[in-house]
Order: sequence, then C-alpha cells, then structure tokens
Amino acid sequence: MKNIFIFIHRHFNFLLFAGLQIFSIYLVVSYSKYHEAAFSELSNEYTGAINTKYYNLQKYFYLKNTNDSLIKANELLYNKLKSNYAIPDSLGKSFIDTMRLDSVAQFKKYEFIATRIVSNSISSQSNYLVLDKGTNDQLKVGMGVVDHNKSVIGIITEITDKYSVVMSLLHKDSHISGKLTKGGQTGTLSWDGSEVNAITLNNIPKSSKIFKGDTIISSGFSTALPKGMTIGYVDKLYKDPSSNYLKIKFLSAANFYNLQYAYVIRNFEQDGIQAALDKIKKQP
Amino acid sequence: MNGIIKNILRFSLLILTQVYVLDNIRLHQMATPYVYFIFILWLPFKINRSVLMLLSFLLGYTLDGFRHNPGFHAAACVLMAYLRPFLINLLITQESSDTSYEEPSIKSMGGLLPYIVYAGSLILIHNVWLFALEAWQFVDIGYFLIKTIVSTLISLVLLLIIELLFSRKQKFRTNAA
Repeated sequence: MKNIFIFIHRHFNFLLFAGLQIFSIYLVVSYSKYHEAAFSELSNEYTGAINTKYYNLQKYFYLKNTNDSLIKANELLYNKLKSNYAIPDSLGKSFIDTMRLDSVAQFKKYEFIATRIVSNSISSQSNYLVLDKGTNDQLKVGMGVVDHNKSVIGIITEITDKYSVVMSLLHKDSHISGKLTKGGQTGTLSWDGSEVNAITLNNIPKSSKIFKGDTIISSGFSTALPKGMTIGYVDKLYKDPSSNYLKIKFLSAANFYNLQYAYVIRNFEQDGIQAALDKIKKQP
Repeated sequence: MNGIIKNILRFSLLILTQVYVLDNIRLHQMATPYVYFIFILWLPFKINRSVLMLLSFLLGYTLDGFRHNPGFHAAACVLMAYLRPFLINLLITQESSDTSYEEPSIKSMGGLLPYIVYAGSLILIHNVWLFALEAWQFVDIGYFLIKTIVSTLISLVLLLIIELLFSRKQKFRTNAA
C-alpha cells in the first residue's frame, strides 16, 4: 500500500499528464458520435454570448453584402407576387367566401425560420456554425439550415434555449444525401477537409453522364431538408478504378466565407415520420 | 499577484485574438496561424508542473469551446505543457538564466537561437498532435506533413513579431521585490 503512494507521488506529473490526455481524447472520440455531450450545454451558453457581442460589432462591415442578398431575395419574392399575373376577372359581383381565411395552412409542410449566424468556422476539419435561436423558437436537433438563396448550409446538431449549433457541410462527419438534377442519381456528400467550398459527392454510378456545371440538389429523403434545395455545382469528375462509382468534386452553392443569415427549415411531418420509423425499429 | 493578473489578461487576449482574428485567416487552404499557445510558452520558469498542465488544459479547452470540438486543442496543449520543462532543462544551464529571469524570452534563454529551438519544437509538437488527432480519418500523409510544417513556420514568425511588438520587461528574480 505504501509503495503505491510512493509510486503515485513520484510519478504524479506523468499520471496527471496521462489522465488529462486520456480525458481529452475521450472528449474527441465521444463527441463525434454523441453530440449531446455535457460539454455543449455549458460552453455553448458562454461562447454563444461572447459570439453575439462580437457579431454585433462585425455585422456593420457586412452591411453591403447583406443588403445585396436581401435585394436578391426580394426580387425572387416580387416575381412570385400574385399581382404579376393577369388573372381574368371572371366574377363581376362580390360574394361571401366560405373558405377558411388561410386555406392552405393545413397543408403546409415546411416553415422557414430566419436566424442570424453568430459564429462560423471554416478553418478546422470539423466546422460548425452557431445560430442565435434555440429551443425557445421551436428549433430542434436534426433540422436543416439553408442560406438566403435556399442553398444548403448544414444540419442542427446541438441546441440550447437561445442558441443552436449547426454541423456545416464542411465537416468530416457530415453525410447529407445529394441528387443530380439531370439524371436523378443520388449520392452521399462528404468533405475531405482540405478546401473550403469544395465538397465531394460519392456513390454515383460510372455509367451516368455528368458535365461540369450540373446542379446538385437535396434529395428530400431525410426529414431535415425538403427536396430541391441547391447544394452545389459540379466542378470535376474522378473515376475510381477500384469501384463502379464516380467521385464528383463540386463547389457548394452557399459561400461559407461570408454567411450572415440563415433559415432553419421546420418540417411539420418530422414527428410523424420519426414515430413511424421508431415503430419499425421496435419490431423484431 | 501582479503576475497572476498579467497572465489572466494574456490568457483572455490570446484566446480572443485566436478566435476572432486568426481563425478567420486560412492560408492557401493549408494552415491556420496559431498563436494562443504563447500563453504556455511565456509562463514562468518556476511554475509547478501540475499547475502548468492544468492551465494548459484550461487554455486548450477554452479554445475548443469556441470551436465546438472538445478535446483537440486541450490534448495538444497538455502534451506541450508536459514536455516544456524537459526542453527548458535541456536548453538552459541550471545556474545562469533559469535562476535570474522569470519567464522564457529571447534574453532569458541566452540568445535568439535557443529561444527559437524552444518555441519551435514545442509548436511543432503541438501541431503534430493536433493535426494527427484531426486527421484521424484521413490518410493523406503528404497533406498532413505540409500542413504541419507550414503552420509551425507561420506560428514561429508570428511569435517573433509579437516578441518585437510587445517587449516584455524582464525582471531579475534576485532583484525582484
């Protein structure tokens, strides 16, 4: 017994070193798998608050870009206005409408929630964004996030009441499914960690004809993102001689260098689909 | 007491600079310039080794908090702190600078070369460990090596610039009140 104490006393520094090192590596390993680590709750509250302060200062420098993006978004919306379409006036007299006030509300599938991005990293191999809304604004883990042009940014992986952390497309563990608009083939996205805005699409059969500039959209197979959100544009093709699949390098539609605002997509069917999936899992 | 306040200020300023200035810079998709570990390099010679490691862990953990990736920088910083005393013992003769100066600097290490060896090897250790942990799934050795070397050189240049900009007044321990 005495020898153990002497041993601990003599090698205390090494034991402390080993302990801290193992704890750090445990954090690294466990965090990539289970995102609801005890770490996130506390540290997100603090860093989120500091990030918001910094963001308020920084946003003045981006006002021009923000303005441009808003003008573009406005243009898109103006073009969808009903008044732009000449609808023949078929009813000369007025009548009382018996329909509900908002007749399509019950069929609504998705809702877009506008948020500000208070922090955005691009420099490491696993990048995250922080949004200034959380569970207080009905956000949930697993919701998709797009930018003002409906280009995919990522998926929410952690949440507190005021902030939510988004795993960006530029993350080595991010595997969103993408689809080519022309051929309709679907594949999985992955990022190799080297170049910002350049992502890879895997598992596309070699037989498919793909050209530079083809659009890649979200497949809509997950509850996170609706079908048809732009992900990127094909840049280069690589043929892997050992398999039947192509590797496609593409440029992301969202520019991760200067993101300012983001829209979180709330899927009203998410709970229903999840319940159905859980049911299947329970069956032996 | 003065030293503690100085180090707390250093800690927070270095973390804020790292997160809000240097993390936004990415040179040729290769390297992020790191300077936050200067805090570890500049801690006093006479600091307790356990305290040194715990402080380094705290530093790394704080940066991890901002980057939402717990563990990476904490691990690298702890390794750096564990190896620091060995390097100092190797580079400085016991009776000269070690006893008369408080913190490692160009002057107290006895010239530019020992200081660069001291800082350079610790930064290299930090980068190797950090990028190895980050690159666990990737097997691109060439990219890893270039990234490590380029990052280390950039950090060293930044460290020397910081040394020139903020000249630290080195007190003789023997004369210190």
